[in-house]
Amino acid sequence: MRVVVDYDLCESNAVCMAVAPEIFEVRDDDFLYVLNETPDEAMREKLVEAAERCPKQAIAIADD
Amino acid sequence: MNAEQAPNSPHIAVVGASLAGWRAAEQLRRSEFGGTITLIGDEPHQPYDRPPLSKQVLAGDWPAERTVLAPEDQLRELDLTARFGTRAIGLNLADRTLTLAPAPPAGADQGDYELGDHDTEELGFDGLIIATGARCRALPTGGLSGIHTLRTLDDAMAITEAFDAHPSRVAVVGAGFIGAEVAATARGRGLEVTMIEALPIPLGRVLGEDIGQLCAELHREHGVDLRLGVGVEHFVGGPEDRVTGVVLTDGSTVDADVVVVGIGVIPNTEWLEGSGLELDNGVMCDETCLAAPGVVAVGDVACWRHVTFDEVMRVEHWENAVEQGKFGANRLLKWFETGDDSASSEPYAPVPWFWSDQYDRKLQLAGRIRSDDTSEIVTGSLEERRFATIFGRSGKLVGVFGMNRPRHVMQYRQLITEGATWDEALSFAKE
Repeated sequence: MRVVVDYDLCESNAVCMAVAPEIFEVRDDDFLYVLNETPDEAMREKLVEAAERCPKQAIAIADD
Repeated sequence: MNAEQAPNSPHIAVVGASLAGWRAAEQLRRSEFGGTITLIGDEPHQPYDRPPLSKQVLAGDWPAERTVLAPEDQLRELDLTARFGTRAIGLNLADRTLTLAPAPPAGADQGDYELGDHDTEELGFDGLIIATGARCRALPTGGLSGIHTLRTLDDAMAITEAFDAHPSRVAVVGAGFIGAEVAATARGRGLEVTMIEALPIPLGRVLGEDIGQLCAELHREHGVDLRLGVGVEHFVGGPEDRVTGVVLTDGSTVDADVVVVGIGVIPNTEWLEGSGLELDNGVMCDETCLAAPGVVAVGDVACWRHVTFDEVMRVEHWENAVEQGKFGANRLLKWFETGDDSASSEPYAPVPWFWSDQYDRKLQLAGRIRSDDTSEIVTGSLEERRFATIFGRSGKLVGVFGMNRPRHVMQYRQLITEGATWDEALSFAKE
């Protein structure tokens, strides 16, 4: 499972950080940093929630 | 009907196929609902996302297709019957049936549109999700063309087309969030913009005078001709009944060949009148989104008592449509199992949050704020247009507003969720 962020869409609303702070961090420079691009399967539920709640729909989960 | 009588393969009707209805339908399947689902939407389009309409679509950067939320293959995966271009016009709770009719063609006034009996049909249901949203408040146009509101994809396409025709001036009526985004996007396209707002300070009632003043400055710095404290008297037109200007309550006239009116929305509840559901600024639900046995309401149309804010609220935000849609779907499934017993059900009590993008600024508000709340800037400053302000009431943290401070907004939103006191929020700010 891989976290894919479309940075052309991302506008750093930081909703993902609130849902899954283990994976997403919006820093003081207002940019989103993905802390772990290949998280454990146990994180899937949180990731799905982060992807759905992203107001820019900029997060995807790739299974490859 | 009660839960014991629920059929083995129940039918759930979702009325409203925008964000809340779509997310609800999706959640039903995700929660392994094995019955049938009908998704009814009065627009002809597949479910699509509205926030880009006032921004990327109006800017001409995105084609309409890019806003689609539910591509054909996803719709098929959910194994539902989609009835787009169809409107629910009545609900019979006792018989558990909906009356459906073809939606009026785009642009038709509701009043002009009359149905023959042969056009309607009845659809039975076991469970109902009401997600009919809201529509724009309008001003009398005097029969002139070129006066728009912005809510739907068709609205956005019409305004985009008007912008493409290089109008000499765009008049935006209302400096709320939609008006502000339309003004910002129009300026981004190099169009001349006059924005007309009845309040002396835009968003002053929502965000307080200081922040409202800052929003006014942002518009003026970006070249918007901002007229505050004046209303619209009437519109004036020219050849072919096209709008040519707006007469204001102070007697002045703004010449404009495109007008966009953004003065709020009205929940779509008329079709439920006489159904027995309580309608008061939306569909009144209990604290778990249940409006009647086996009936939930979600999204912009739903009104419910929020247990932690101790307030009856109706929330028009994007994120609430997502969250309440999912929550309402699960509440309905629980009703099939256990019935009306809301006391044993989790209440729907999120911390509301929304964002608005204007020029190069991102505005975000979480929580519920009032004009008499205590407030304090916890990071940045108004001068640098990058700050976060927190709001407190009765010793509790109740809200946070940020301009280009998404990280802080989310941190304080989390504190609100946790029930933090005002003092705890202030000491968090000092850390």
